[in-house]
Amino acid sequence: MDRALTLHLAIIAALALAFFILPAYHAGNLARIMVLAIYAMGYNLAFGYTGLLSLGHALFFGAGMYGLSLSMQHLGTPTLPALAIALACAAVVAGVVGALALRTKGVAFMIVTLMFAQAGYLVALYFSEWTRGEEGFVLPQTMRQIAGIDLTTAMGRYFAALVLFAITLLIIGHIVRAPFGRTLIAIRENEARATMLGYDVQRLKWIALVISGTISGLAGATYALLFGYAGASFAAVPYSILPLLYVLLGGAGTTLGPLIGAAFMIYLFDLSADITDAYMLIAGVVLVLLTMFLPQGILGTLRARRFKWLP
Amino acid sequence: MTKKLITPSTTTRRGALKTLGLGGTALAASTAMPGFIQAQSSAPIKIGFQVHRTGIGASYGRWYDRTSQAAVKRINDAGGINGRMVELIPEDDGTDAKRGAEVIEKFATQSNCDIAFGTLFSHVVIGSAPRAGELKLPYFVVSEGHHVASGMLNRYTLQPGITDVKSQVQAMAPYVASNLGKKVCMIYPDFAFGHDHRDYFSAAFEAQGGTINAKIAIPPTETSFTKYFPQIPRDTEVIYHVMTGPAVLTFVKELGEFFGPSRPELFGFIDSLEAVDIASPGLEFLEGSYMWEGMPRYVQTNQSEWDKAYREAVGVDENGASVSDPRDISTYAHMFGCWETLNIIKAGMEASGYQGPADRAKLIEAVEAMSDMAEGMDHPQGAKIFNGKTHQTFGHQYITKVEGGRMNLVHTTSIEDTLYEDEVDYTTQSF
Repeated sequence: MDRALTLHLAIIAALALAFFILPAYHAGNLARIMVLAIYAMGYNLAFGYTGLLSLGHALFFGAGMYGLSLSMQHLGTPTLPALAIALACAAVVAGVVGALALRTKGVAFMIVTLMFAQAGYLVALYFSEWTRGEEGFVLPQTMRQIAGIDLTTAMGRYFAALVLFAITLLIIGHIVRAPFGRTLIAIRENEARATMLGYDVQRLKWIALVISGTISGLAGATYALLFGYAGASFAAVPYSILPLLYVLLGGAGTTLGPLIGAAFMIYLFDLSADITDAYMLIAGVVLVLLTMFLPQGILGTLRARRFKWLP
Repeated sequence: MTKKLITPSTTTRRGALKTLGLGGTALAASTAMPGFIQAQSSAPIKIGFQVHRTGIGASYGRWYDRTSQAAVKRINDAGGINGRMVELIPEDDGTDAKRGAEVIEKFATQSNCDIAFGTLFSHVVIGSAPRAGELKLPYFVVSEGHHVASGMLNRYTLQPGITDVKSQVQAMAPYVASNLGKKVCMIYPDFAFGHDHRDYFSAAFEAQGGTINAKIAIPPTETSFTKYFPQIPRDTEVIYHVMTGPAVLTFVKELGEFFGPSRPELFGFIDSLEAVDIASPGLEFLEGSYMWEGMPRYVQTNQSEWDKAYREAVGVDENGASVSDPRDISTYAHMFGCWETLNIIKAGMEASGYQGPADRAKLIEAVEAMSDMAEGMDHPQGAKIFNGKTHQTFGHQYITKVEGGRMNLVHTTSIEDTLYEDEVDYTTQSF
């Protein structure tokens, strides 16, 4: 077994153990962090590995969230089929957005993805008869279970988050080291060269964006399922910025950077809020310092300076 | 057959020594560990206070905070609850649904709060309530949303201190139909808040024999409104507007430019003008228009002694501004809900003999058992009727008219005007 896979399995095992060691509050936080890390891992595939700086991933997160919650709420769909619907929704939306947005590059790509996400947000508001718009709606507690496992309990929620996180991590870990992932990195590093070498760059970028969007949709669906709420605010612009911050802080193009970044951000806000009401200021200063002194993110810097083998 | 009331003593020397020994041990323990014994009896009751310190709800949050601190001070000055002081544990929810749920988790599992209390914006309440229910943490909200009474939430979520939007809106219809006009054009933001107004008001107004001659939905990102005004029918007698956010100033200004001096009657909700000086430049067009207020911002000629004392306690002057800064306008139409909710929590804890988290279910049952709440220092906004089945309170609503840069009371609704059929019975849900 190689070191990267061993590290991933060790992290998964440590997370499983953490539930039994950590106080209830931190275990609950960790469940949420794992869900957001899934979102950031999806984003990382597009941004960190393929170089697609999207500002519209909240659209995919929202597509997954609404795909699951609307089908459960209005059609009474059981959890697993609803999860499949959520993934299909996110994949289709990502496919359509990718087909159009990937005709642009750089800043134009950022703007186009941002506009698509804003359009998605407005659609959620517009169809408030179904979505309850910015207010959102609650998923009934009785529906939130898989195979008899109650996902509203602390343990059910935590291990559901862990299983989905582990599956995503192992899949991403595999993808980025497979020839497909290597090609994505080649595109990120020098797109013209990859094209000249004969790769169908457009098609590969599209596939990367669809996988990225689908994983983001999985995170949205998981959030609704585990925390019992779906609302349009999760499809708004700030939720497109969050995974970018998680990835930049943790380390773009590292498999575990999204987990580190999500945990860092959540605890940065939480702990600084315990110190002062001006916690946003503290968080802002820390983020500026991190960007100045660790421009490759926490894991990215560790990989560059010491652990070259980090995936 | 008679009962033996007095049993003969069966005390033995061994038993007496054992009793004395146990008593001595207890006495020694109480002397050696006074802090522990004291903590069991007089530790403060912790109320987790979910507050909008940042985000779109910050202006509301600032005044919700001041009102709540004043209410807790009054409760503590009067001896606390069940002999224990009350401690507010405020935490910013960022006016964000995700953060709101995190804050509830923090109250329940880290700060060890007895209950949670707050907050205004519906998406934060709806995003937080599932976690409150799962963590079995009583969650008293001051949101005015219909989400509690609609049955969407759970037995642990209650709204006893402020009326909901459905009752507010429907209570306006009789006054508008009788005094302002029978043909109403509605202008509202095209999302759930606006849709609630559209649906509840139009149903109530048509029941009064009125007609809604146009429903103009404004997209939520709109910044200029003039292009929508030609859709207002010429025979409109009343414009009912509920625009929200910073764009409301532009909306009013452009409406004034469109109509000039001759316009239909205007009726609106104060929500978007809370914390805004009604005499601000650009709002001149509101002169002569009518407003819903949960509690009149300006001191009225019939001011109650309760309103006077409440203003003094919170630090609000006769114009609804801070006594320390006349430019700092309060959210007077809503923030009374914090004051009243905290007093209801006190009454519920006293009625249930609340001692700690094990008594949370008893506390909820005690509040569910409440019904009539008389106007007084605990309820300065007015009398209320609490519906324990729907976890929602009902009370008087106020209609004021903008005159000379202030709002004067022209009508007070009855509580009966605000009532509607139950949509849920939370008491059938288990704890």
